[in-house]
Amino acid sequence: MASLRLPRLIRPSGRRLYSGAASPSSRLNLPIDYKTTPLLHHTSSTLSESLELPGSTTSKSMNLYQAINSALRTALAKSEKVMLFGEDVAFGGVFRCSMDLQTEFGSERVFNTPLTEQGIVGFAIGAAAQGMKPVAEIQFADYVFPAFDQIVNEAAKFRYREGATGVHAGGMVVRMPCGAVGHGALYHSQSPEALFAHVPGVQVVVPRSPSQAKGLLLASIFEHNNPVIFMEPKCLYRAAVEHVPNEYYTIPLSKAEILKPGNDVTLISYGQPLYLCSAAIAAAEKALGVSVELIDLRTIYPWDRQTVLDSVKKTGRAIVVHESMINYGVGAEVAATIQDQAFLRLEAPVKRVAGWSTHTGLQYEKFILPDVARIYDAIKQSIEY
Amino acid sequence: MTFINPSETTNIPTYRVMDSDGVLLDKNRKPSGVSNEEILTWYKNMLTVSVMDVIMFEAQRQGRLSFYMVSAGEEGISVGSAAALTPDDVVFAQYRETGVFQQRGFTLKDFMSQLFANCHDNGRGRNMPVHYGSNYPRMHTISSPLATQIPQASGAAYALKLESLQNPDTPPRIVACYFGEGAASEGDFHAGLNIAATRSCPVVFICRNNGYAISTPTLEQYRGDGIASRGVGYGIDTIRVDGNDIFAVYEAMREARRIALSDGGKPVLIEAMSYRVSHHSTSDDSFAYRARVEVEDWKRRDNPIIRLRKWLENEGLWDEDTERTTREQLRKEVLKEFGEAEREKKPPLREAFEGVYEELTEEAQEQMKELKRILETYPEEYDLRQFKDGINGL
Repeated sequence: MASLRLPRLIRPSGRRLYSGAASPSSRLNLPIDYKTTPLLHHTSSTLSESLELPGSTTSKSMNLYQAINSALRTALAKSEKVMLFGEDVAFGGVFRCSMDLQTEFGSERVFNTPLTEQGIVGFAIGAAAQGMKPVAEIQFADYVFPAFDQIVNEAAKFRYREGATGVHAGGMVVRMPCGAVGHGALYHSQSPEALFAHVPGVQVVVPRSPSQAKGLLLASIFEHNNPVIFMEPKCLYRAAVEHVPNEYYTIPLSKAEILKPGNDVTLISYGQPLYLCSAAIAAAEKALGVSVELIDLRTIYPWDRQTVLDSVKKTGRAIVVHESMINYGVGAEVAATIQDQAFLRLEAPVKRVAGWSTHTGLQYEKFILPDVARIYDAIKQSIEY
Repeated sequence: MTFINPSETTNIPTYRVMDSDGVLLDKNRKPSGVSNEEILTWYKNMLTVSVMDVIMFEAQRQGRLSFYMVSAGEEGISVGSAAALTPDDVVFAQYRETGVFQQRGFTLKDFMSQLFANCHDNGRGRNMPVHYGSNYPRMHTISSPLATQIPQASGAAYALKLESLQNPDTPPRIVACYFGEGAASEGDFHAGLNIAATRSCPVVFICRNNGYAISTPTLEQYRGDGIASRGVGYGIDTIRVDGNDIFAVYEAMREARRIALSDGGKPVLIEAMSYRVSHHSTSDDSFAYRARVEVEDWKRRDNPIIRLRKWLENEGLWDEDTERTTREQLRKEVLKEFGEAEREKKPPLREAFEGVYEELTEEAQEQMKELKRILETYPEEYDLRQFKDGINGL
């Protein structure tokens, strides 16, 4: 079919007509340039220091799906208790995260499941309760909801319910691609982290980059005996490329990271919107002469309250940015904590820049989700309050 | 003590009316008791879907729309089954039943308006391409999550049943519910069939068993005698048909509809066997997990369109010339609607917020106001030209 010629009526156009291309006059809402963003390790020189690894660490440039693949390969090689399964995992997964892993580690530990999310997660919980380290893949975060019962009523409550038996579902990691890509509409765009963060007993992690993803995923599998919901921003799978250590390393969960120090405003975010924040900060620092601190939460729950509070006590202003809907979202929890514990240090109300309280309608995605202009505007408003 | 070993039981047979050469198995019986005109309409409807599929697949590759799903190899199941429905029947489909929409009167303009999510789209520009929907004949708007429509279909069928009990003048109606063999692994499949059986709902479940759920072959999807064997377990009347045989599909559906309306209503399961000739969607390259030759073999060996064409030619109802001119005509019609739909404005921006609740919430109204302020403060950052009424659409 690829060779089919379409008549002139629909001859190829120069740009993707369907996608909400930035206005030609845009200065803020430009496509993120992942090749130059300061959030990625474009060379290996900054890597070992920021990840606290020895200077002898070797690395390779790779994108997010390759980094996930590298983490999974490292995990499967490190321990025979690690299993990897989900829909279409055997041929490499629809986002290529499990490429070649069945060939390398065999179909006993790496395999396709039937198409049933509740089955996949329940299966993982059972395996974890018997001492394995199952990594279950849900094909899209939008499709995790049949497994909501297993996650909320089972994985999260397992340890609490078992009490003195000491049995738990730790060691289980449920991976899922999340977030918008610009044309995913209602069911290929969602970021349901707030729904899981409302449930004590599961840890919710959202990596921002390839090197972060590998370290956080390995920590989720090996260093915590709690069930982990691991949400991978799918628009970064191919877009975000950086140096990633070849070896086994971990990044602690429930620990935020200050990506850029600043004095006047604290921006708190996670996952893909961090790149929007970074672009908005560059524009605001230039145009408004302010100094902005940027924090990556990394783990959404249980979250690193101290790092955020210390920062806001210093700057006096805070803005929380996330892609999912603003209503009852992560921003609400962060803002409430800030006003509760840093009220007298605040110079302006805590602002939230997030998706509007609606669904991700196809044609309207770029108006519904946060963009650089809205973050820039929030910084301006916070400063001018 | 005897355990039943399923490998020792006989498989459910596959109902066929014509073979892959378009020859009727029972030469003494005219197929299905339908007119030649009707059969020609089925054929043209299958061709329309096929012609549209080729154009839209290529258009997606060119970046003209974000996504598309073809139904190559499964046109017989969708067109043939829909042909046995009345306009008052209600459909819950998955996403590979374009032929059902085509057979039930969805126009090329309707298809194109949805695919380009323009201001004539029933879905108000909100859904991904191929998520069609129609109020009458009622075909509920496609939802991407798999199998969620199955228990809904049972509930809808129960509503039809109650309605006809409460108002005997209502014409008898059923619900037709479509899904794939992969979706049948979801919990909703069990829930839907079991509840339909216990509440005796007039619903026909049509499973398109096309061999693949994205990359996962049926061997890794289930064990046992396909999806049909499960219907028996639920106490549901069940049949397996050859999905490439449009006569078999039509006859099975017509009889299933009759059964569904008998004894005050009961569910029926049809498993229609086919092969997914296409990639899963434009986001998929199936040669990463199946051999090209397997697909080519299937295409050559059997196909619902070619099979019916052979029958039509044997009957003297069709020939090479008619085929060529019909295809050319369909292609022109598709391209005309394509061009018009692509040029049409997108719905107004307020459609981003409307429809969440029956009425806009106070919170949503404030968010619309805030969005408008942003659009006015940073006009150079947003291109509103393609949206109906521009900024005033908010």
